Amino acid sequence: MTKTSLSRSPDQSAAQEPERKLSYIVPKPVQPAAAGTQKGINWKAFNAMLARDVHVARRSAVPLLLQTLLQPLLFVFIFGTVMTRSGLMPESYKQVLLPGIVGLSMLTTGIQAVSMRLIMEFQFTREIEDRLLAPMEIGWVAIEKVVAGMMQAMISGAVVLPAGWLLMGRHVGLTLAQPLAFIAILVLVALFAACGGLAMGCSVGQTNIGLLFSLILLPVTMFGCVYYPWSALKSFPIMQKLVLLNPLVYASEGLRGTLAPSVPHMPLIVVIIVLAVADTGLIMLGLNRFYRKCIS
Amino acid sequence: MEMAIRTRELRKVYTGPPPTTGISPFGAGSLKARLLERLSKKGDTVALDGLTLEVEPGQIFGLLGPNGAGKTTTVGVLTTRVRPNSGEAWIRGYEVWQQQVQAKRLIGVVPQRPNLDFSLTAREILVFHAAYFGIPSAERQRRADILLDRFHLIDRANDMVLGFSEGMMQRLSIARAMMHEPELLFLDEPSAGLDPQTRLLLWDIIREYQARGKTVLLTTHNMEEADTLCDRIAIVDHGKVIACGTPAELKSSIPGGYLIQLRFSQPAPDISARLLVLPGVTQVKLSDESADVYADRGGPLVTALVAAVAAEGVDLIDIHISTPSLETLFLHHTGRSLRQ
Repeated sequence: MTKTSLSRSPDQSAAQEPERKLSYIVPKPVQPAAAGTQKGINWKAFNAMLARDVHVARRSAVPLLLQTLLQPLLFVFIFGTVMTRSGLMPESYKQVLLPGIVGLSMLTTGIQAVSMRLIMEFQFTREIEDRLLAPMEIGWVAIEKVVAGMMQAMISGAVVLPAGWLLMGRHVGLTLAQPLAFIAILVLVALFAACGGLAMGCSVGQTNIGLLFSLILLPVTMFGCVYYPWSALKSFPIMQKLVLLNPLVYASEGLRGTLAPSVPHMPLIVVIIVLAVADTGLIMLGLNRFYRKCIS
Repeated sequence: MEMAIRTRELRKVYTGPPPTTGISPFGAGSLKARLLERLSKKGDTVALDGLTLEVEPGQIFGLLGPNGAGKTTTVGVLTTRVRPNSGEAWIRGYEVWQQQVQAKRLIGVVPQRPNLDFSLTAREILVFHAAYFGIPSAERQRRADILLDRFHLIDRANDMVLGFSEGMMQRLSIARAMMHEPELLFLDEPSAGLDPQTRLLLWDIIREYQARGKTVLLTTHNMEEADTLCDRIAIVDHGKVIACGTPAELKSSIPGGYLIQLRFSQPAPDISARLLVLPGVTQVKLSDESADVYADRGGPLVTALVAAVAAEGVDLIDIHISTPSLETLFLHHTGRSLRQ
């Protein structure tokens, strides 16, 4: 077969279906703004990815909200309302419990938001491949996931706090004495959750995800000073030292320290420093895992 | 002239199993299975073994080869997803590994297995993809409309893609890759899994895309596709380019053009001399119990061949004539069939 006999006839096919031809060439091709450097962030691509995540989250807002609220509110109801009203727990337990529950729901929401999506996108739909081909250094794709996860974690905190407060009724006794420290800790906790999700989502396969939640998240929660202040562990000196390795301890203590300053708690500056260090470590680990997963 | 694609001595060794590349409907890769088996013994898989390639702008260029030949890895390197152990690759003068962002601006990629966003509708997938490339909102919608129409997906534009058939997903993947009007379009086994009608539609669309001055690189193990669609073809096997040229050049490079394969009942080590003197025979490749005879004619030679074999005193148990084709070419270079 010679080259001339190859059935190359774009004109012919255009004549047959003129209206369907790929005629979208623009007189002046759209040239996206510079941002073509290797490391610099391409805000257009980054924002578009964030917009996509917000769009998807908004579409499933109701189930997402129910999923976020159910577990913490059940906890608040049983331990904060039922147990205190029945006299099994003192009224003051309410202000110990609620900040811990807020921190915990931020942690689980953030981890789930990032890790479950990543596992889906890497292994099941592989849709992340499309984003990795966007004109942007691929690390930013991971950072975008972290930002989206942080947003979800913050929203979960912002929803659980007032909802739990309402549910427990009177004598919750929370105040907001140090709003700036509270916001800083909130951001650091959200970042911690999202970075944890990044590291886990890039390290664990689809089949092991259940194991991840039961083997890592449950012990982290139970030894995370969620349901009791750290000072309450003084009768268990070894455990009190060991739990210091658990970043959730600092999250719980920080939220408790800012919302219920009368409960004994760690110094806030320690909380902020440790959380910042933990966040930095996790994001570096997460990015490292992410690169390894993206590039073969 | 600056090449659209250039690679120099690309080498890639996977230490683990090579990344899964999706399952092709053509025989699901017995070679891949063998590759994996070999891998479990030796540990390493050489996917690319010094692959050098040049693609001129404006061409439809085909990488033709069997499963596991290194086609997908080549596309992976050129699209920034696979880091070669050594060698270099350029897209329009941008070194793919060093200047990833610049290279990614110029390329559109259709993977072997559709990787669509299951949380979005067909239209949203196109629109968000274009947004990643900074295309303004009105233009995104306009292009999405045109492509959805061209790919016969306009009726399902606002449906979630979760319920789409494989063919529809494949079409949408290609539309997505065209949304940002890339200079270079990579298609990894684009027609695998498509029905014949859709395949023709796809070929038309690929030609239209080329007619607008774009470069297209596609991988295939379908000879017909390579033959009718591609301006140039590189035949790849074991991670190397074993032949490169226009389909016509490649086919004319086979000695004689026709390939007649003979199989005997027992080894016939001295038969070459008898076969070579026959009219039209240009080359004979002998192995134990078979001979590949290259000749400028096919059918008319059969009686003479049968007589020659009988004179040698062996029984002929099979005879097969292949007309000049890429298949014959592949056999000529590798001793294996493309479909194996």
